[in-house]
Amino acid sequence: MATASNVTHSHPSPERMSADLLRPLLQTSWRFYLLVALLGSIVAAGAVAWVTQMFFGFGISGIRWPIYWGFYVTNFVFWIGISHAGTLISAILRLVNAGWRRPVTRCAEVITAFALMIGAMFPIIHLGRPWLAFWLFPYSSERLIWPNFRSPLVWDFFAINTYLTGSMLFLLLPMIPDFAVVRDKTTGLRHRIYRTLALGWRGTPKQWHRLESAMSIMAVAIIPVAVSVHTIVSFDFSMAPVPMWQSTIFGPYFVAGAIFSGIAGLIIAMAVLRKVLRLQEYLLPLHFENLGKLLLVMALLWGYFVFNERLVTYYGNEPSEMTVFWQTQRDNYAPLYWTMVICNFVLPLIILGIRKFRTITGCVIASIGVVIGMWLERYLIIVPSLGHKYLPYSFGSYRPQPAEITITVATFAAMCLLYVLFAKVVPIISIWEMKAGDHPSPSLIPPATEHHKLGELHL
Amino acid sequence: MSHIDETPTLYGLMAEFDNPSDLVRAAERARLAGYRNMDAYSPIPIEEINEALGYKRTRLPLLVLLGGICGGIGGYSLEYWSSVIAYPMNIGGRPFHSWPQFIPVTFETTVLGAALSAFVGMWALNGLPQPYHPVFNVPAFERASRDRFFLCIETIDPRFDRHATQQFLEGLHPLGVSEVAP
Repeated sequence: MATASNVTHSHPSPERMSADLLRPLLQTSWRFYLLVALLGSIVAAGAVAWVTQMFFGFGISGIRWPIYWGFYVTNFVFWIGISHAGTLISAILRLVNAGWRRPVTRCAEVITAFALMIGAMFPIIHLGRPWLAFWLFPYSSERLIWPNFRSPLVWDFFAINTYLTGSMLFLLLPMIPDFAVVRDKTTGLRHRIYRTLALGWRGTPKQWHRLESAMSIMAVAIIPVAVSVHTIVSFDFSMAPVPMWQSTIFGPYFVAGAIFSGIAGLIIAMAVLRKVLRLQEYLLPLHFENLGKLLLVMALLWGYFVFNERLVTYYGNEPSEMTVFWQTQRDNYAPLYWTMVICNFVLPLIILGIRKFRTITGCVIASIGVVIGMWLERYLIIVPSLGHKYLPYSFGSYRPQPAEITITVATFAAMCLLYVLFAKVVPIISIWEMKAGDHPSPSLIPPATEHHKLGELHL
Repeated sequence: MSHIDETPTLYGLMAEFDNPSDLVRAAERARLAGYRNMDAYSPIPIEEINEALGYKRTRLPLLVLLGGICGGIGGYSLEYWSSVIAYPMNIGGRPFHSWPQFIPVTFETTVLGAALSAFVGMWALNGLPQPYHPVFNVPAFERASRDRFFLCIETIDPRFDRHATQQFLEGLHPLGVSEVAP
C-alpha cells in the first residue's frame, strides 16, 4: 500500500502533522468571519435575485424566445464540469495508487460535492415554477403521471443524483478516521460533536480493511458514473435538432472539457488553501507540477476536440450549421470565441508547456484562464446555436439581465463559501492518509527475531 | 485454562507501541503464544497485521455486488413498469418497452445501489456507530488516532491470565501496558 508513496518524503512528524492540519479547525481569525460575511452577502444577493425572478417571472431575465437556455444552462454545464475534478481525479489516483495523491484527494472530492450541488441547482433555477421540480422524481402520485424515461433530461436527473450521492459517500467514508483524530485532540463541545461524527471509530485492522475495501470499490464505481454524467449532459444537446448540436462527438467532447475545467478548479483551490491555511509543507510544488501536466494534456485534448468539431462542420458545409460556424468564427461571437481559444489552448500550452513557467503561480494563471475559457465554451455552445436555428422565425439574440448575472456571480461566491466553511470543520487534507503514506510497509522491514516460526502466516 | 477472579472488572490488557512494525511483531508473537481474542488499534491501516490476527477477507465486495444487482434490477423494473404498465405513452413512435433508452438509468441505479451498499455495508460490518467501547477508558488511547499503536488481549481469551498475559505483553517491549476497564 505504502510502497509507491516515497515521492512525498520529508513530511513533518505525525504529531506535528495532526497539529498543522487541525489548526484551521481550532483557530479562527477575524479574516475568516470577514470572508464568510463577504461571500455570504454575495450569496444572499443571488438568493434575492432568484426570489425576484420567481416573483416577477422570467420576463426579468434575458431568457426569451428563441434562446431559452442562457446563463443558467451555461452555469449548469459549467459547474457539473467543474465537479469532474474531484471524485474522478481522486478515484483514478487512488486506483493507480499514486503516492502524491494523498494531500490532493480530499481537496478534490470536496470540489465535486459542492460543484454538483451548485450545478444541480441551475435546472431548478431555470424552472418557472421551481417548487414543482420534484415532478422529475418517479413516485406514484395522485396525478398518475410518470416521467418519460426516454428523455435525456430524466437521465440527467438520475445521473446527477447518483453522482452526487456517490461523491458524498466517497467523501464521507475516509473522513471518519479523521473525525476520530479531531475527537482526540479537542475538548468540550467540539469534542462531543466530533465524537458523534467519528461514530466510535477505533482503527482496528478489520475496520481499516473494510474502509479501504469500500473506498477502492467506490473508486471503481464512481469513474464510469463521472464519465456518464457529462455524457448524459451532452445528450441534452446532441439529441436536439439544433445546428452544431447534433454531433456524435459531444459525449467525449463534454467529458474532456469537464475534466479540463475540473483540474483547473482544483489547482486554484489548492493554491488558495496552501496560501491561506499555510499548508506549504503538504501541498508541494510537485503536486502543482503533476496537476499542471495533467492540465496540459487535457488542453491538447480539448484543442483536438474543438478543431475536430469545427473541421467536421466546415467540411460538411451545411447552410444552417455554417451560419452558426461563421457567427462564432468571425461575426458577433468571434471576440468570445477567440478569447476562449486563447484561454483554453494558447495560454495553457505556453505556460504549462515550458517547464520554467510551470510553477505554482504559472499553474494558477493557466487554471484561471481555463476556468474562464471553459465557461465561455459552454456559453458558445448554447447561445449562438439557439439563436440561429433552421428557420428564420427562430432567429434571435440574447442579452443577460441583472438577475442572471447576479445569480451567476453568487454561485461562484457560494462555491467559495461552502469551501471555506468545509475547511473550517473538516481537515481539508486527509490526516490518516498522509500518515499512511509516510510509514514504510512493515513487510518491507526484515523480521527482527531470528526464531520467526510463522511460516503459515508469511507465505 | 486458568480462571481469574478479577475477570468481570477487566476488559483486557493493552500494550502501547510507537511504530507499526512493533505492533505487527507483537501481534504475531501473541498469536504464536496462542492468543486469539485480541485486537489491534492503529492510526493508519496496516495490511500485514490482518494475517497476524488471522483475519480473512471482508465480505463487503459481495454485499456491494448484491446491492448493485438490486439497484440495476430495481431501476429497470421501475422503467418497465412505469413506461409499459402504469403510464404507456407513445413518444416518437417508439415501443413502450424501448430498452436501449432504459440503459442509462439502469446503469445509474446499479451504481447507486452499489455505492449505497458499500457505504452502509462498511458501517454495518464495522458496527458503526458504536457509542461505547471499553478501549476508550484507557487514557493513553487518545493517541491511537494519531501516533500510537495498541494491542489489546481480551479477558475472554481462553489463555488470558491476568499476570501471565501482563508479563507476556511486557516482554514485547511496549511503551506501556495498561488495564482496560470494561
